[in-house]
This record gives sequence, C-alpha cells and structure tokens, in this order.
Amino acid sequence: MNVHEYQAKQLLREYAVAVPAGALATTAAEAEAAARELAADVCVVKAQVHAGGRGKAGGIKLAKSPAEAKQAASEILGMTLRSAQTGPEGKQVHKVYVEAGSDIAHEFYLGIVLDRAEECLAIIASTEGGVEIEEVAAATPEKIITIHLDPNAGLQSHQVRQVGFGLGLDGDQVNQLEVFLGGLYRLFVEKDASLAEINPLVVTQGGDLIALDAKLNFDDNALFRHPEIAELRDPEEEDPRERAANEIDLAYVGLDGNIGCMVNGAGLAMATLDMIQVCGGSPANFLDAGGGADKEKVKEAFKLILRDEKVKGILVNIFGGIVRCDLIAEGVVAAAGELGITVPLVVRLQGTNAAEGRKILAESGLDITPAETLGEAGEKAVAAVAGVEG
Amino acid sequence: MSILCDKNTKLLVQGMGRMGRFHAGLSSEYHTDVVGGVAPGRGGQELDGIPVYDTVQEAVKETGANASVVFVPPPGAADAILEAADAGLDLCVCITEGIPAVDMLRAKAAMRGASTRLVGPNCPGVVTPEQCRIGIMPAAITKPGPVGVISRSGTLTYEAVDQLSRLGIGQSTCVGIGGDPVIGTTFVDALGLFEADPDTRAVVMIGEIGGTAEETAAEFIQSNMTKPVVSFIAGQNAPPGKRMGHAGAIIAGGTGRASDKMASLEAAGVAVSRSPAEIGETLAQAVPELRGA
Repeated sequence: MNVHEYQAKQLLREYAVAVPAGALATTAAEAEAAARELAADVCVVKAQVHAGGRGKAGGIKLAKSPAEAKQAASEILGMTLRSAQTGPEGKQVHKVYVEAGSDIAHEFYLGIVLDRAEECLAIIASTEGGVEIEEVAAATPEKIITIHLDPNAGLQSHQVRQVGFGLGLDGDQVNQLEVFLGGLYRLFVEKDASLAEINPLVVTQGGDLIALDAKLNFDDNALFRHPEIAELRDPEEEDPRERAANEIDLAYVGLDGNIGCMVNGAGLAMATLDMIQVCGGSPANFLDAGGGADKEKVKEAFKLILRDEKVKGILVNIFGGIVRCDLIAEGVVAAAGELGITVPLVVRLQGTNAAEGRKILAESGLDITPAETLGEAGEKAVAAVAGVEG
Repeated sequence: MSILCDKNTKLLVQGMGRMGRFHAGLSSEYHTDVVGGVAPGRGGQELDGIPVYDTVQEAVKETGANASVVFVPPPGAADAILEAADAGLDLCVCITEGIPAVDMLRAKAAMRGASTRLVGPNCPGVVTPEQCRIGIMPAAITKPGPVGVISRSGTLTYEAVDQLSRLGIGQSTCVGIGGDPVIGTTFVDALGLFEADPDTRAVVMIGEIGGTAEETAAEFIQSNMTKPVVSFIAGQNAPPGKRMGHAGAIIAGGTGRASDKMASLEAAGVAVSRSPAEIGETLAQAVPELRGA
C-alpha cells in the first residue's frame, strides 16, 4: 500500500527523522494560510499524488510569499498531473503540501528495501540524490552503497557509519545520521514497510540532514496489525475496479485489451493472459478468483469484468483442485442468467468434477462455448472476440 | 524415487481448522501417514480420527512425526514454522498465504543452521505420486514417473502436471515452492535435490514475474545440472509495478521481467515454452524418450 508524501513525513516525524515544517491544504486559501504560518523565506507547494516525477510535470512550485503560495496552489489543485509514473491518463490533484524551503548544500539518496535475493533488509545510499536510483544503478553502480542488515540483529551503529562516511559526511553529520537512519529503520520494521525512500536526503547550508522528499510503501500482508497505517489509504488514488475487487477479496488488475478473464489461482491467471497473447488476442484484466471461489464470488467477478466497457468477450479458466468445477459451472450459469451477459463466453473447466461442470453448462440453454484444454480455450476466446468485432 | 517426502513420511498437521482438517483427510485417503494434529488447547482430543496435541514437540515425542504442514493463519504462521524447526522435524511445508514479509525474514534467519527444511509459505505443498501428499494439491492428476516439477504457483502447477500426465509422463515429486518474496526452499534448492535424486531424469521449472530467483536458477543449471530442465515463465505481458495476485509477483525497479528470466534460462540451455499450453509438450520434445514413461 502506498501513502502520500505528507503522510510519510508525519510518520517520519514520529520516529525523529528530520523533515521540513509543512502543512496540508485542499484549497488555495488554505495554502496561503499555511505559507503565512510557516513564515519561511521560500515555500514549496507540492501536489500530493501517488506518483513520482511531479516536479517535471508541473506539480511542484516555489513560492516566495503567501500570495505566491496561493497562486501556486490554485494552479496545482485540480490539475491532471501526467508523469512517466502516472501513465497517459494522469492523476487528478486534490491536495497540496505546503512546506518550508531548505538551503541545499548536498543531495543524497537514502533508502531501505527488502532484498529478496539476500533475504534481508538492505540500506541503499548514493551521492546521486534527486535521481532515480535505478538510473544510478545502471549508469554508475560504483556510486551506490549497499548494506545488508541481519533480520534478527537489526541495524548496527557501524553500518550507519559505513553509510555516512561512505557518502562523505563529516563526523557531526554521521551522528545526525545515526538518529535519522535509526528512526527510518525502526519505522520500517515496526510499521511493516516494504519500501522507504528519502530522495533527496539533503545536507543544508547549515550542515543539517533533512528529508526533502519521502516515499513509503507498506506490506499489505501486515496491515492487519497496523490499523493506523491501513487508515492512510486514499481511495482516490486507486483504480476503482481494483478497489472494488479488493473489497470482495479478489485480486484484479485492469489491462488494455478486450478479453475479460476469470481464473482461479494467480499463476494460472497470469498464464491465461499469456495464452491469450500467444493466440493473438489481448486480455482486458487479470483476475484471480482464489482457491475458495463459489457461486457468489463468480457472480461478483463477472460484474467486475463487465464494468470494463472494452470487454468484448470473457474467458473463464478454472483448474479445479480444491475448487469443484460443478460448483463453478452453477455459478457461471446463475451469473450469466442474472446479469444477462451478451458478450461471447468461453468456459474451460478442468480437474475436480470437470465432467459434471461441463454437463451443467451444456444443459443450461445458455450460449456458452466450452473448451477442454488451455490452448483450445485461448483460441476460442480470441476467435469469438474477432467474430464480434467483425 | 522422490525428494522431500515418500511412503515413510509421518505427517503432522499444524492448525486443525477447517482447511487443516479437510486436507488432513484428503492426504490420509491418498497414501499419506497423517500421524497427528497440533491445536494448542485441544491436546488429548481426536479430530476425524487424528490424535491432537498441544505442541509440536509433544506430537513428535508421541508419534515419531518427521514432517509437518502448516495451515495456521498469518499472524501466527511464522511462529508455527519456528515451532516445527525447534522440534527438529526434517520438513515443514507452510501453506498459509499472507504472512508479513518481516516475519518471514526473521523466521528464515532464525532457521539458519537448523536441520528443518522449509517449503513455502504461500504454496500448494508437495506430492510424491502414490506415496505422500502434503498440502492442498489435487493428487489425482499426478502419476508416478521420472520428472520433477518445481513451481512458484498453485493451479498453474496442476496445469503443468496434468499436461505431463496426459502425455503419459509421470512425476517423481511435484513441489510448489510458493509465491511470496521470501520462501524456504528456492528453485536452486529444489533443483539440487532433483539432480541428486537417482530416479528423477528431467525437471520442469515453472517461474513467474518478480524477483530474480529464475536468473539465479539459470546460473545453477548451467554449472550444476546434468539433467535436462524445461521451463515456463508466467506473466510475459504483465504491467510493471502491479502485483499480480501473489505477493512476490511484481516487476519493480526494472527487475523481475519474464523476458529477462526466459533469456537467462535459454542461455543456460533450458528449453522455455512460450505457451502455457505446451509445457508438457516442451518436455516431451526436449527428452523424447520420456514420452509415455
């Protein structure tokens, strides 16, 4: 789960990680008041959306007076921000964060990630602040410091020194980093983050460390023990279909094609998308109905697929292990009837009680194209959609 | 004839809830010696004919169990894994989906040097056809034979096993290693076990987007495997930055793409099927003498 910069910075404050003073505003007038309250020489007005590349997209503006902050906020609020990370449709800005400007002497990158290959958390730091770390890794990997942390011993002081002196900080700044990085690490493990990025981490003209930008992601699997983090979810930032799927415990990802998919199991669901593409078609979505798919779930899944107006045909691919194919077939028949599905429907049932399931489909009187193998299912779905489009 | 489990496996079920009991029953019906269940506070009872114990340690003492399967819900699952390790079991297979990543990092670190092998979490389990079923796989689609199967997925494993069985190609053992970012047994671990198993003659390895486990496996295959390996990678057209169902199936920071994994495997001499419908056929073509074996 992602959170906004202003939310991330509030969490950082709670863990004694230095961040600039700032306030959230949802109107230009609030932004003006916030700037007056901050009483800084320069303020920065920043669009709050879950995407990077805000600066280049016009979502971050400097203001030298409360009036300028008001003007900047009025330009940013309501704009559709388009950056490499938002996709072409962009993201609408509903909130801005007004922050005191900082005198920057040096910019660094500092992050904590889950290193899957090493099976531990890793601190990543670089002297190339303000640049995407992937770009630095590709162009100048020697400028990246990576420190692996033992999961049970946790962050050690010598590791902080390795990072600090490695970045070229002086002794006083390394002492500041002990507090800064120590706080960031505690926040990461206590709140079950999955990614923490301070980019840039800034050394001010006065020699102080401060987090100029902050990005925090959290482990969805751990939200059950952090209701205070779950509350930070911003529904406006999520694809409405993915949100609806989430609420009924289905995994859904919207795609660009026209063949809607309903599959049990994430791996088979990905493979079904691959199958459609191998057959020359294009899938409209990923949908894992899960191991416990029943009649009601099947119906909800159909509803979700049909919310996408691009869908010109549906492929249901079920490999019954625990899930019984006859129950899925009953669900498909009930949903197709109740929802009045008009697009071609190809159903492949395999595994437990597949023969019974196929019989239910055949006897339903509905126009359902059966398929036995995965290959046949892909070909029939692609052909059916090609037929619709003429 | 197999890796990880066989007819000598004595299985404990950790977590005797609805799922645990249901699958304990299916395993018992399929050649498996289910010797006990663990449900704290219900020790001394019998559920569906299976004796229940309060702790794994007690269950091991009473039954001589050497393996366990974990159905404990996410908040207590890492603890259940460590309880299995503390009791000195040879094998612990964790089915639970949704364990926090930090819990798994700590559990894996704590298990370093332990004698227990962990498979999973978030996996369908392990089946050695006609000998032992641990987990939730539909064992009826398996068939004894010479091919090892390793996969990060559940139902896609069933798909691949079914394709093999229909071609008359049986399996030595089918292993679901799990779809989480941090797992016990990796591709490399399972490949090494199959390489050492005298009755496994070829391996099917099913990967998916996310992480670099397939790339690491390709390096291992190149330098350590004498047996043929064929592969399929799911998610060839998955969009970056989106989690595709499994916690570990995400292309992030430029790593985890299917195309990179496929290229690494092909460079290591692995035949990689483009189509998920041709996993069995790819194996049959790579090792023609196994057709009907």
